[in-house]
Amino acid sequence: MTQLPAAFDAWFHDKGWQIHPHQSALLARSAAPATLLIAPTGGGKTLAGFLPTLIALADGTHQGMHTLYVSPLKALAADIKRNLSTPIAEMQLPIRVEDRTGDTANSVKKRQRADPPHILLTTPESLALMTSYEDAARTFAGLKRIVVDEIHALAESKRGDQLMLALARLQTICPGLKRVGLSATVDRPEDIAQFLAGAAPCEVIDADPGPAPDIAMLRTETPPPWSGGGAAYAIPAVLEEIRKHKTTLIFHNTRAQAEIFFHNLWLANDDSLPIGIHHGSLDHAQRLKVEAAMVAGELRAVVCTGSLDLGIDWGDVDLVIQIGAPKNVKRLVQRIGRANHRYNAPSKALLVPANRFEVIECVAALQAVLAGKLDGSPRADGPKDVLCQHILLRAAAGPFDADALFDEMRSAGPYLGLSRADFDACLEFCATGGYALRAYDQWQRIRQGADGLWHLRDPRSAARIRMNAGTIQDSDLLKVRLGRGRGGRPLGEIEESFAASLTPGDTFLMGGQIVRYEGLRELTVEVSRAAAKKPKVATFMGTKFATSTQLSARILALLNGGDLTALPPHTRDWVALQQEVSCLPQAGRLLIESFPHEGRAHLCVYGFAGRNAQQTLGLLLTKRMEDLGLAPMGFVATDYATLIWGLDAITDPVPLFDMALLRAGLDGWLAENALMKRSFRGVATIAGLLERRTAAQKKTGRQATFSSDILYDTLLRYDPDHLLMQITREEAMRGLVDFSRIEEMMQRAGGNIDHHPLERVSPFAAPLFLEVGKVQVNGSADERLLAEEEAALLTAAGISE
Amino acid sequence: MKTVEFSLAGETLTALGSGALWWGAHNLLCVSDLHLGKSERILRKGGGHLPPYDVQDTLIRLENDLRQTGAENVVCLGDSFDDLAAADALPEQATDWILRLQAGRRWVWIEGNHDPGPLDLPGSHLAELLTPPLTFRHIAQPGQSGEISGHYHPKISVQTRLRRISRPAFLFDSDRVILPAYGTYTGGLRSSDPALAGLMRRTAYAITTGQTPRMISLSQTAT
Repeated sequence: MTQLPAAFDAWFHDKGWQIHPHQSALLARSAAPATLLIAPTGGGKTLAGFLPTLIALADGTHQGMHTLYVSPLKALAADIKRNLSTPIAEMQLPIRVEDRTGDTANSVKKRQRADPPHILLTTPESLALMTSYEDAARTFAGLKRIVVDEIHALAESKRGDQLMLALARLQTICPGLKRVGLSATVDRPEDIAQFLAGAAPCEVIDADPGPAPDIAMLRTETPPPWSGGGAAYAIPAVLEEIRKHKTTLIFHNTRAQAEIFFHNLWLANDDSLPIGIHHGSLDHAQRLKVEAAMVAGELRAVVCTGSLDLGIDWGDVDLVIQIGAPKNVKRLVQRIGRANHRYNAPSKALLVPANRFEVIECVAALQAVLAGKLDGSPRADGPKDVLCQHILLRAAAGPFDADALFDEMRSAGPYLGLSRADFDACLEFCATGGYALRAYDQWQRIRQGADGLWHLRDPRSAARIRMNAGTIQDSDLLKVRLGRGRGGRPLGEIEESFAASLTPGDTFLMGGQIVRYEGLRELTVEVSRAAAKKPKVATFMGTKFATSTQLSARILALLNGGDLTALPPHTRDWVALQQEVSCLPQAGRLLIESFPHEGRAHLCVYGFAGRNAQQTLGLLLTKRMEDLGLAPMGFVATDYATLIWGLDAITDPVPLFDMALLRAGLDGWLAENALMKRSFRGVATIAGLLERRTAAQKKTGRQATFSSDILYDTLLRYDPDHLLMQITREEAMRGLVDFSRIEEMMQRAGGNIDHHPLERVSPFAAPLFLEVGKVQVNGSADERLLAEEEAALLTAAGISE
Repeated sequence: MKTVEFSLAGETLTALGSGALWWGAHNLLCVSDLHLGKSERILRKGGGHLPPYDVQDTLIRLENDLRQTGAENVVCLGDSFDDLAAADALPEQATDWILRLQAGRRWVWIEGNHDPGPLDLPGSHLAELLTPPLTFRHIAQPGQSGEISGHYHPKISVQTRLRRISRPAFLFDSDRVILPAYGTYTGGLRSSDPALAGLMRRTAYAITTGQTPRMISLSQTAT
């Protein structure tokens, strides 16, 4: 047990606190190169991370920066600054704490580089920028510790990869640097430890997880519908729960669902309970207002999305409600952790399935939580577009030696396995663009000097490189304002593509209110208040999460020999009926049903491979059917099945599932796919090929620019093996397309394909007919639609016979 | 090859899906805004290393149109090069290719705002070309008729039954036709933009580019 210095001991005593075991454990390991702390929210995690720093700085002798704190959210940095000020003020410690984010004034940022505080709180993007200045070594001189907060969230995206490269850079500047990671409960702590420490040893400290959560499914009088995701049926029961608790967080999987639910909640809110909404597309000021009201205890409930997932201290939340199946047990557990920040009280949570199938999913998820089984997949190797950006940022900081940079990058956890060939390809891309056609040797962005070091050809390009730093992809968003012109009240942002689908007079939901689209002016969407019955729903960026492999396996297990009494009667009856008229899907087999419905032949494939993979399966199977002359017309996919319809009945579906042919179809289809173009755009922006448009450039949007799709098409035609095309393919195969889960599904079935020809729709297939997101199979759809318009013109002109 | 015919000043003109315009009576092919050398110019101005295949892609399509129409006369309607330096910096392989295309053809380079001045390539270099009853110039002039121009890179957006489709397009009315940009790395300006809408009559039509060109009334297009 490490002894606390007297001043700290007294402070703890005055507070009436006991130091937590994990806090003293971190203190005892303050000399270790890296340590990962896994602790539930509210367990004094942040203090555990900072205690060694506060003690080291207490005597006032340290010069310059001592500890760097990095978190995924700007708001979190501000929150921590507030929390640290209490012990520092009360113990009168001679410590200067400052934050630095995108919101910090430029003059302050400049001063911070020359005269850094003892403790700097920042984000991965701001840190990447700081390391790209020539004076980085001076700014970070004396740095002893790095605290990475919410590291489990950073590890899920490219932001984490970029952060770890920046840490590798800092480690070179300050060789004795110690790293501490703070994480919520995760499935593979050793993966996060390696992510943080690279090849260095990293001990994992598990804090007492606290009492088991009190978690159940919300029982309602009305059974959930067959399909859909709104959970409107549960509104009265949810309102009842809000009344019974002090503060409730109501989580949704998507922003669109949150908007609809919030709208319905208000329609039924007869007592006018104060309820707010919070998601990433709402205006910053509006979000701050909700956050402040929440901290002040003025709100009884907040309808929210993942934007509230991270560890900001929200005060007295005593209930978390999850609307819709959680899709992923790990995320569910982390959300439940949001409730009740008092360390020793159990968190209370309710699951609200949105439809009949989600009832089964929720029950399976509950069993996983009780069994303490989290899901997750191993972290993939760090992507190379981030590597390219890092090389450019490194060049902006000054000349570098390629061998040294390669070694430095390979010390970062996500890039431990980086090959020299891949590194060289990235370096070549940064230098010349890396094209098969050697066109740009005269115009290298970076070039090797006589000293063997790599330099920027044009030092002025450093500013441009910095402007494009970061890995967060914001799609083109337009501000929404209530009223005319700049003076209108900002409501939030919508995607440009959604705005393009609106015509004046259309209504949509924004921040819980119905607004009427008036027009677009200088890249601002102008709206007025409206009272419409059926507003449109804005599409927001963000992919839908697919049900995890582990959760899918649990669902299959529950359906086959599991305890079905755990299901409510309405759902149990539904499952029994499916068993009677067809068959229940099983883990070791692949169930396929075929049946006629409304004059079309249908095929339903129960792959349980998650939404993305089932969607890909739909594309590949319909392509195969097209090749075989089976006239497919369309399909729709959910997390557990794909439903395909067409003109001809399929008598033998087995030949459709030839893996080699499916894979061959994937290559052709993948290249042409719109999802690929979307990925390419992100990759090309991060790697530095495309520049982010600044607000000023957007204003002059009249200047004709061409889209990144054209670049993709050009590369596909003339240079398909270009580095960025490789990165795009790797990313698509892993995320959007999820082909590995189709392979997994086929392996699981091991050739046991059961085809059940039925005379009518089966109970499990019925909900698929109500699913949104049907995909029309029609290669020449655009041509045909334009032909219709032309025909209409000719008819109107009296030209057609 | 699917095409759409329309008439201007009594002459029959043919819009090709590639964005080229064919005047059969004069055996003449007209293309606008090739913007050759755009990737090189962007780089020179401090931008990124765009895939250097735009020249190649544009010339492949031009060669294809020349073969299919058998054109003996060619008018490049301005902004053929992204700037004059880009024309000079064109790789030898590309200039050879252009010379090959020019062989045996009467070739006119109209000056554009991007390439205002003589080029180091054979052919006539003109501010505009008068071939009664038609006039070829880079930028449309209000009040003129029988005019063929480019410059604006027009595109249209059509609200169809199922989705909105946006395409580069020809715009024409009883006075003029404005050609879409032919170059690979070129964006578009919506037909509803005041700069374009102000030039066209209310009864104007658009012809979309693409596999099968289609004629659409400009009043059908979405803003």
